[in-house]
Amino acid sequence: MTDILTATGVTKQFGGLTAVNNLSIKIPDQSISSIIGPNGAGKTTFFNCVTGFYTPEMGAIHFRGNRIDGLRSDQVTQMGVSRTYQNIRLFSNLTAIENVMVGYEPHLKTNWLDAVFHTPRYHNDEKAAHEEAIKLIRFVGLTGLGDQIARNLPYGAQRRLEIARALASKPGLLLLDEPTAGMNPNETVEMMHFIRNLRDSFGITIMLIEHDMRLVMGISEQVTVLDFGEKIAEGTPKDIQSNPRVIEAYLGRGAATEGMAAATGKPGKPH
Amino acid sequence: MSSIQQQNTFDWKKTLQIGLIGGAVGVLIAMVGMVEEFNKRDIIAGTLTMGWTILSLTMLVTGLFAARAAASNASSVVGSIVAGTIFGAVMSILVWIVDKYNIRDILVNASPTLVKHLTFEKGIPNGLFMLIGLGAAVGGLGGVIQILPENIRRAISLGLGIAALLGLLQEIIQVSLANFEGASKAVEWMFGKGTEKGLSLAGAILVFVVVAAGNYLWTGNASKISAGFEKLPQSSRKSFRWLGYGLLFLALIYLPVVLGLYLTEVVNVTGLFILMGLGLNIVVGFAGLLDLGYVAFYAVGAYTVGVLTNLSGELTLNLGWNFWLALPIGVALAVLAGVALGVPVLNMRGDYLAIVTLGFGEIIRILALSDFLKPHIGGSQGIVNIPPPGFLDVIIKTPQTLYYLIVAGCLLALFISSRLRDSRLGRSWKALREDEDVAQAMGINLVATKLLAFATGAAFSGLSGSILAIKLGTIYPHSFALLISINVLALIIVGGMGSIPGVFVGALLLAGMPELLREFAEYRLLIYGALLVVMMQVRPEGFWPEATHKRELHAENAEPQAEGGAA
Repeated sequence: MTDILTATGVTKQFGGLTAVNNLSIKIPDQSISSIIGPNGAGKTTFFNCVTGFYTPEMGAIHFRGNRIDGLRSDQVTQMGVSRTYQNIRLFSNLTAIENVMVGYEPHLKTNWLDAVFHTPRYHNDEKAAHEEAIKLIRFVGLTGLGDQIARNLPYGAQRRLEIARALASKPGLLLLDEPTAGMNPNETVEMMHFIRNLRDSFGITIMLIEHDMRLVMGISEQVTVLDFGEKIAEGTPKDIQSNPRVIEAYLGRGAATEGMAAATGKPGKPH
Repeated sequence: MSSIQQQNTFDWKKTLQIGLIGGAVGVLIAMVGMVEEFNKRDIIAGTLTMGWTILSLTMLVTGLFAARAAASNASSVVGSIVAGTIFGAVMSILVWIVDKYNIRDILVNASPTLVKHLTFEKGIPNGLFMLIGLGAAVGGLGGVIQILPENIRRAISLGLGIAALLGLLQEIIQVSLANFEGASKAVEWMFGKGTEKGLSLAGAILVFVVVAAGNYLWTGNASKISAGFEKLPQSSRKSFRWLGYGLLFLALIYLPVVLGLYLTEVVNVTGLFILMGLGLNIVVGFAGLLDLGYVAFYAVGAYTVGVLTNLSGELTLNLGWNFWLALPIGVALAVLAGVALGVPVLNMRGDYLAIVTLGFGEIIRILALSDFLKPHIGGSQGIVNIPPPGFLDVIIKTPQTLYYLIVAGCLLALFISSRLRDSRLGRSWKALREDEDVAQAMGINLVATKLLAFATGAAFSGLSGSILAIKLGTIYPHSFALLISINVLALIIVGGMGSIPGVFVGALLLAGMPELLREFAEYRLLIYGALLVVMMQVRPEGFWPEATHKRELHAENAEPQAEGGAA
């Protein structure tokens, strides 16, 4: 299998703080992989580097062979990388459908004049965006909620709407930043099936940041563990679960393996 | 705070607080002289003056707030009566003080006339009791209105509002209706015999009943009517729509004939503000870019037309161009100015953007005022002698002829901005307004999207300014003060951010009404400020908020028709 995303030696610093340090990751095409690590380990910072929110000081990120670090976030999206956010960031005063239609933006060609004179291009674009939005709303199970203002939707629906919006750009790589944050165990299991279904239906590559170990271990083909901005382990869920460095990072020295599942979202880092 | 316990008991503290605040507002209204000044005008002839209308309205709102703070319906009404009584008591204390001590050295309006007005000319103890009683009654009425179902509440407030508006504008309405022979009898019945001002009592009741009942029936059946309309075949729906447009068009054509000279002039002033409002609505309402220097583009449009068309012989350029040639150049230069402002502020947000745009607006005004540019654009003397343009055989000079030009401009801006709103661009702008970073991460090109918003907004403002130049025939730098930018922004906020119909409502309220009520111009800014504060508290979404489009169900029903609709 080819790698869709390769990061080599990525380093991102904020003042004196090194948030991501010399990180190299390879993500195989159409895989599901996870990045885990305690809070402040640099997971989201890495996502921000990939999606063009930050420019890393060192290293390179390639997507499908093209270098994407240093590009603006809209350019990265145009190339086929899409994401969701840890704290949901929907366009809260737009309807669900409009949110998804904004996500379809990279495929639209309508300009000012097309919009004013309703040229065939305008009609085609609007129709395509609208159909795609309806399709995705249905796919994520929000049928009937499409005309609701995004901020009025229940929490779980907002999470799924954000995924629908990210899918609208037809990405090759989808980055999900803590998709199950704030969900109960049942919802988390549902989300796990949903993510797998997502990959199988769209044939896309998915990268997760997750704290819920059952989800991570149940779904990922590859797990990368970060601590203080550095990669401390990488491999299959099985390798990771038995890796002493990981257990140490999560639970402190001497902790038991069984403890890991219980440590979801609350890594035992000293304050 | 034990909020659970408080729900069951009556919240005296809160009620007292609301009553005192209401009373303080009442005292303020009296002390700035509004009661006395506004009492010169009747809303209902011989029964209700404008001053009392404002005071009663304040009492009513106090009652509303008090009722809103209470938990149950019964305690709502009690609370509102108590708050109203406190209102009356505070006012009474004021009246008593004003009557007993002479404080006119400090507060000019604390006059014996005020005492006479506020005691209903019934003397001190009796009048004060009446005042307190009125507070209790009107406050209680507010409480009763608050607990009514929403559709009835809306009908009542709309009825009261329209009746008050008609009473306020009686003179103007009567004068314009005097042109119509058949209407004179009805007018006489509604407004009395000309010597009196305001509505007749019967007329006021009629207006209230008709408006309130009409609104009630409409809101009750609107969904049925629109459902019935949706059921009609598409061809007849279309023809109904065109019939509607046709009627509206005819109404627009005949409006200046009906309104007469003065009201047409008011409509023209409002129209120029609508034009600017539609433009700023794109920048602030859609794209969320707070622009406080919007008047700059208005100035650019006006000065371009002024410089290119004038024949005064005092400026270096003495071209005497045709207005129709200068107009597109005025708009184009405004667009250029919009882009010129847009580029440096691309990375700015919120407060910073507001400050920079504010500076930009002032720079343009100061440039216009400067000695440096005086030979070219006239400095503080401005540009005089801008000739009125002709259209076919008509010279566009009178308000009636200008009206058509302004309406054409407004329709054009309305068309463009609603088309843009419903397109990819409109969505991009709104996404930008909601979350700029995420919007960019969705693949939206921020530079292009922001510049288009600035440019389109500037174009409408430039058009408005170009028309202003020929409307006035003379332009001065101080016609482009900061206050214009603030006015336009305020009308968007009052109408509803991002709402196109809201711009019309806002312009009527903040540009049209002050024009009609010139005799109270002294209080204009005070009322403005109060209106804005109250709006932000009570109805932050504006009078006519941005509508959300229903697209999901519509799509499912209309799927077979989609092809036909697009063709």
